Amino acid sequence: MYIAKRLLYTLPVAFGVSVVCFMLVHIAPGDPLTSVLPPDASAQLQAEMRRLYGFDKPLPVQYFIWLAKTVQGDLGVSIATGRPVALELSKALGNTLMLAVLATLIGFLLGGLFGFVAGYFRGGWVDRLASFISIIGVSVPHYWLGMVLVIIFSVQLNWLPATGAGPGGSADWAWNWLHVRHLILPAITMSVIPMGIVARTVRALVADILSQEFIVGQRAKGLLDFGVFRHVVKNAAPTALAVMGLQLGYLLGGSILIETVFSWPGTGFLLGQAIFQRDLPLLQGTILILALFFVALNLIVDVVQTMLDPRVQRT
Amino acid sequence: MSAPLLDMENLTVRFHGERTVHAVNGVSLTLQSGETLGILGESGSGKSVTLKTLLRLLPENRTEIGGTLRVDGQDVLALQGRALADHRGRTVSMVFQDPMLALDPVYRIGDQIAETVMRHEGCSRSEAMARALDMFKSVQMPSPERRLRAYPHEMSGGMRQRAMIALALACRPKLLLADEPTTALDATVQIQILLLLRDLQRQFGMGMIFVTHDIGVVVEVSDRVAVMYAGEIIETGTVHDIIRDARHPYTKGLLAANLHGAVKGARLNAISGAPPSLESRPTACSFAPRCPVARETCASQPPPNVAVGAQRQVRCILAQQ
Repeated sequence: MYIAKRLLYTLPVAFGVSVVCFMLVHIAPGDPLTSVLPPDASAQLQAEMRRLYGFDKPLPVQYFIWLAKTVQGDLGVSIATGRPVALELSKALGNTLMLAVLATLIGFLLGGLFGFVAGYFRGGWVDRLASFISIIGVSVPHYWLGMVLVIIFSVQLNWLPATGAGPGGSADWAWNWLHVRHLILPAITMSVIPMGIVARTVRALVADILSQEFIVGQRAKGLLDFGVFRHVVKNAAPTALAVMGLQLGYLLGGSILIETVFSWPGTGFLLGQAIFQRDLPLLQGTILILALFFVALNLIVDVVQTMLDPRVQRT
Repeated sequence: MSAPLLDMENLTVRFHGERTVHAVNGVSLTLQSGETLGILGESGSGKSVTLKTLLRLLPENRTEIGGTLRVDGQDVLALQGRALADHRGRTVSMVFQDPMLALDPVYRIGDQIAETVMRHEGCSRSEAMARALDMFKSVQMPSPERRLRAYPHEMSGGMRQRAMIALALACRPKLLLADEPTTALDATVQIQILLLLRDLQRQFGMGMIFVTHDIGVVVEVSDRVAVMYAGEIIETGTVHDIIRDARHPYTKGLLAANLHGAVKGARLNAISGAPPSLESRPTACSFAPRCPVARETCASQPPPNVAVGAQRQVRCILAQQ
């Protein structure tokens, strides 16, 4: 019941997202056609192209045409490359998803571990060390960290490749060592952000849970440390997973810097290109899909949280 | 007489931190199995701390415990690690004041009960759940099968306290500690829970220590009463002795402060002043500053512990006459 209601709520949100995506791109200054047309193109050719891409119609009409096509899965054709946006996007999305999921997993595992240890031994040197690491994780500029890692592991040690998603800059992914080694540095770089945030959240959560009376209640039952640990984990899990889900959402859209540093052919990289080339259909499509991903992820986080935490159902 | 179930001798509990608190200052208690002792006292009198010491639930690094404490022949203060965990919930278990806070909010009640049964008896989950159901029937939980699958927040206050009692009794403890178990409940539910606890105590034949600040509650469930003030027991005796013939001025004050027999419009009797801070161990009578009949010597030397009958003691200079 709650889940059905929550699903229904996402519809207006998704609609709003589509309007904002469409408008944002059109509010930005600059003519999308200047980058593809030669500077000396005749006025007639310009008008012809404008009509072809539908830029001559009023904005609301353009929006509904775009929306109708989008709903059918047609995101238009990239002005820069002439390839369907959906095709470009699906490839990039796969690459980014892989990177973001791996980075979130690494960040969540390390952050959860540091946070748990810090919260459990609050005030001790372990806590200070773990908190120090997580603060560094939150504050270090990740593109800088990416470059440092490249200098150490690619340039100095020559262990791992610095750029691309496969040998010879190939964009076709395969699950073998030749490709996976390209994933390591960007994933580690990216994992630093969720690690810091997850560590801080989990530390606060664990410290709060341990101070509650039901922990004394569990000890009074005669539970050993591991038994108490299970109770702490189950109480901390809903919030920790929600934070992880949101972090995954941020990483999906916010990886432009890291993908650029490592030339990783993902959505961030694609977005960067689309912005510089004023490739309107590509830009709109990418932003829309990323935004919808975020909406969907929020939905999943909410639903999972409801299943894990019985108290959420009532509200 | 056989060896007592509980033998507490000169127990002291001190908390260290920014300032030291002398919470319990030389408490001696004995309890036979099948007997119920009520500990009566106001907030900060050390009654809850005494109870928690029996389960060693106080934070280890900040607490200094002195004296001797034996339960069922076992030296509780010497227990460590697994032996201590075996003691908790099996030999001695506790009903907390507010079950909403003492139960884990994200585990089903049945699982929380089964967990402790499995821990202490090493039985399977289904056996443990069967025990949980038995216990729910013992505490007269309405529709027990369904309630086993409920979460704490899905129950009423009275049902939660019944569940808490079922949890505490699941491993048949020899000694049940009840820390103000009715304080968080409505008046009508309070009496139900009290009667339930009294019945179960008789049925299971266990010893029970019942801590409360409510003199009416003590009368309802206890065989004997110990009145605590500033970390000391100032008067002990049977319920009858205490009600009919209180000797200590503090106990008399408590009885007089009761609402029963109050006349409308008349000013209620209250004990003026506040309990001492307990930053240092009392060297004189702690109650002297508030005592209406205090003498000069009360403020300078500790009061004698006067035996005024079998199992009846009063820590007051006036009782010597």
